[in-house]
Amino acid sequence: MTDRYDAIIVGAGHNGLVCSALLAKAGKQVLVLEANERVGGAAITREFAEGYSVSACAHLLYQLQPEVRKELKLAPRMSSENMSTIALAADGGHVRLSGDSVDGVSPEDAASYQDFRKRMTRFADLLRKYLNKSPPRLGTKDLKDLVTLGQLGFDLRRLGKREMREFLRLIGMNIHDELDERFDSSLLKGAISLDAVLGTHLGPRSPNTMMTYLYRLAGDHGRVGLPEGGMSGVSEELAQAARSAGVTIRTNMPVKRIVIENGRATGVETEDGERFSSYTVISNADPKRTVMDLVGAKHVETGFTRRIHHLRSKGNAAKLHLALDGLPTIEGLTKKDFAERILIAPDEHYVERAFNPAKYGETSPDPIVEMTFPSFRDVSLAPTGKHVLSAVVQYAPYALKGGWNDAARETFTQAVIKVIAKYAPDIEQRITASELLTPPDIEREFHITGGHWHHAELTLDQFLFVRPVSGAAQYRMPVDGLYLCGAGTHPGGGVSGAAGRNAARTILSREKAA
Amino acid sequence: MKSQTVHQGRLKTPFYSRLEKLDTVNEWHEWKGYSSADALYCADMEYFAIRNSTAVFDLTPMTKYRIAGPDALDYLNRLVTRDMAKIRPGRVAYAVWCDDQGQVIDDGTIFHLREGEYRLCSQERHFAWLQAAAIGFDVTVTHETEDVAALAVQGPTSFSVLNEMGLEGLAELKPFGLTHFDFQGTELMVSRTGFTADLGYELWIDPDKAEALWDALFAAGELFGIRAIGTHALEMARIEAGFLAAYMEFLPADETVRTGRSRSPLELGLDWLVDFKKPNFNGRRALADEKRNGSTWRLVKLDIEGNKAAHNSYVFANEKANKGEIGFITSAAWSPVCKQNIALGTVRTPHGKPGDTVWVEVYYQREMHWSRKMAKATVVDKPFWFPPRRGATPPGPY
Repeated sequence: MTDRYDAIIVGAGHNGLVCSALLAKAGKQVLVLEANERVGGAAITREFAEGYSVSACAHLLYQLQPEVRKELKLAPRMSSENMSTIALAADGGHVRLSGDSVDGVSPEDAASYQDFRKRMTRFADLLRKYLNKSPPRLGTKDLKDLVTLGQLGFDLRRLGKREMREFLRLIGMNIHDELDERFDSSLLKGAISLDAVLGTHLGPRSPNTMMTYLYRLAGDHGRVGLPEGGMSGVSEELAQAARSAGVTIRTNMPVKRIVIENGRATGVETEDGERFSSYTVISNADPKRTVMDLVGAKHVETGFTRRIHHLRSKGNAAKLHLALDGLPTIEGLTKKDFAERILIAPDEHYVERAFNPAKYGETSPDPIVEMTFPSFRDVSLAPTGKHVLSAVVQYAPYALKGGWNDAARETFTQAVIKVIAKYAPDIEQRITASELLTPPDIEREFHITGGHWHHAELTLDQFLFVRPVSGAAQYRMPVDGLYLCGAGTHPGGGVSGAAGRNAARTILSREKAA
Repeated sequence: MKSQTVHQGRLKTPFYSRLEKLDTVNEWHEWKGYSSADALYCADMEYFAIRNSTAVFDLTPMTKYRIAGPDALDYLNRLVTRDMAKIRPGRVAYAVWCDDQGQVIDDGTIFHLREGEYRLCSQERHFAWLQAAAIGFDVTVTHETEDVAALAVQGPTSFSVLNEMGLEGLAELKPFGLTHFDFQGTELMVSRTGFTADLGYELWIDPDKAEALWDALFAAGELFGIRAIGTHALEMARIEAGFLAAYMEFLPADETVRTGRSRSPLELGLDWLVDFKKPNFNGRRALADEKRNGSTWRLVKLDIEGNKAAHNSYVFANEKANKGEIGFITSAAWSPVCKQNIALGTVRTPHGKPGDTVWVEVYYQREMHWSRKMAKATVVDKPFWFPPRRGATPPGPY
């Protein structure tokens, strides 16, 4: 028996859910099939030790696009909003970043930071506008593409000659050089460096880190928050919006393949052999999994397969979850500071040095850490009086030399704990349970090839017109009826919903044109 | 991966010792790392061996790949434009393969050696492309140019020569068929294929047996006018057959830098090789678009007046060249057997339909001074040379 739908979406990640809801609002019969037990993809809360829950992959909300919020009437309940960032110093002289201001640095640095932020947010706003559009194709006569391209040129020019030149100078650059020119404070430089490289296979001296930093700011000027109940709070709200728009969501339904007949997508087949038919199949899975596993190389062309095959998508960020029987002590922090986002990146060289081993398939002996204590404001996540530490830690290369065996996992876990203990000496006594999610773990649990949270490295050669690869940059795959809507497409990862929304709009406008 | 010796300098084929003995003019060129003879004694005389008796050409340097594995058929079907499911074991297919833009990378022959095992032969090397095409398929692609010695045995008496050599049952082998024989305890593969549009065969054997095969062949051919030939003679026969050559009629698409310098199979007159019934193959989408919207170029066979070969000529729509050129000649020759001044060329559509008249500007030199002459030419449809004996099974004894 096969059921026919107007559209089938493979994967109920946040982008899949956004896409499904928007299609359903336009009157489509939509089916979403999710391999895991619960919706949300990598934006999910789950227990990692008895009584302790955590956002398993993505742990901060900072990019959910206003367009998505508005169109789906989302208002995620937040346990923390507008969190500041505290960059830890061993001597307690921490640096605090909050909006455009920074404390704990010289007045010159503070002024320079304001100036830096002003320019960066201006550029980020320009970028943001294009994150919410399907990227235009180059070398086409399509009017919509030409208009978007013209707009992009106009918007760049409208920055003014000086600022446009500055934008073009900076966009391909490494963040380190820019920071070095502007600031004295190593701690400040370390903190901004960390923001630029988080979730990437890049160090602050790698070209392109200016772009990843701007991408981060393009979300919501870098303002971060913690949703109530962890990331599942957002995902469940999205799923609710989708369901009330009429979407059918079925979980525990891993899709085995996308059915291609006579060169066009005609449906999907689940692992259990169940078939669902639709002339529009949208994959929320990463581009590699979609093409190589779900579709199969024989249905696409060689040049395209090769580009997909060579897509850089090996993750480098691990997640460490610690169950604590109480808050640790960090010199110079008051209790309420544990509600903020806390970074360990004492200087910009430290960040680069942490990256060095990753180039050779080794983990950082002194990792960089972005941590939060989500249980501080959200008691649902840990037993009373106890706490959860959720940290993104780098670098933990996907293709670790020698493989991610127990010893390698233990070594890296201990390295992270050792680094945290430099600032919180009592951390080890507080730990009652821990969980490390390496990129291969993320790959297994969330079905993301390479375990990269952007699905594909967010670099200029895999950005905008060429994301994930040329020939599929407008959500359309080179197979009729097949689309992508995940982080591997423009604009990229982060719980923004932009890719899912852009994909839905592309599909609907194509239908209108046809 | 097995280790391989990297040779320095130019390679000699396993037949070199025999060719060297017959060589009187010492004219050689490089072909994919090997020494290949332009001619051994006289290109024109060698040409007549192809058309009148039996010519033997050493095609060992031709690029050969072994393609095997459970997905071999699926792999080839995506690689080339024609339907390989129709090519049974023991059959050979002429095929062309394109990039994603539907531009020709190369043409060649694919031998279905045994169930699920193929050999792909082409003038150029394509390992990188074939490897890229293997991503996602359970298939192995092995470069085996050095592991197989090969001879083309072409001409009206070629069957008689091989028959004399004792290859029993060869008479039943149809064009584009292949079969295996025992040769001194080694497997000898014989295919009824060639580059001359005449009766002819190609012989494939382990390099260790190459010299013995050559000797047996020439012993058997003594009374049938067997001659070794070089590439110049073969090139004349190739143009008479109207066959394409890479770097002549087209540039491999992956070698072109400028847009518009490559060609699609539709622009090379290979429409018959493009099977749109197949749901997917490299270039299908682009070629379907081209078929809808029309091609830019058309390959033409030209019968040109006069007897001066139109090498490198511009082609015009009118005798008065002031209207601008419509294309150019890619290969030209005086055909002794057809008594025609023939050429292959590429012209812009809609010019060059069969039966059309075009004008070719022929350049020639007399005592250092260049002259030019407009020659009228007719676009012809059929190959210039295509004798009935090429297709006859069993082939007649000559």
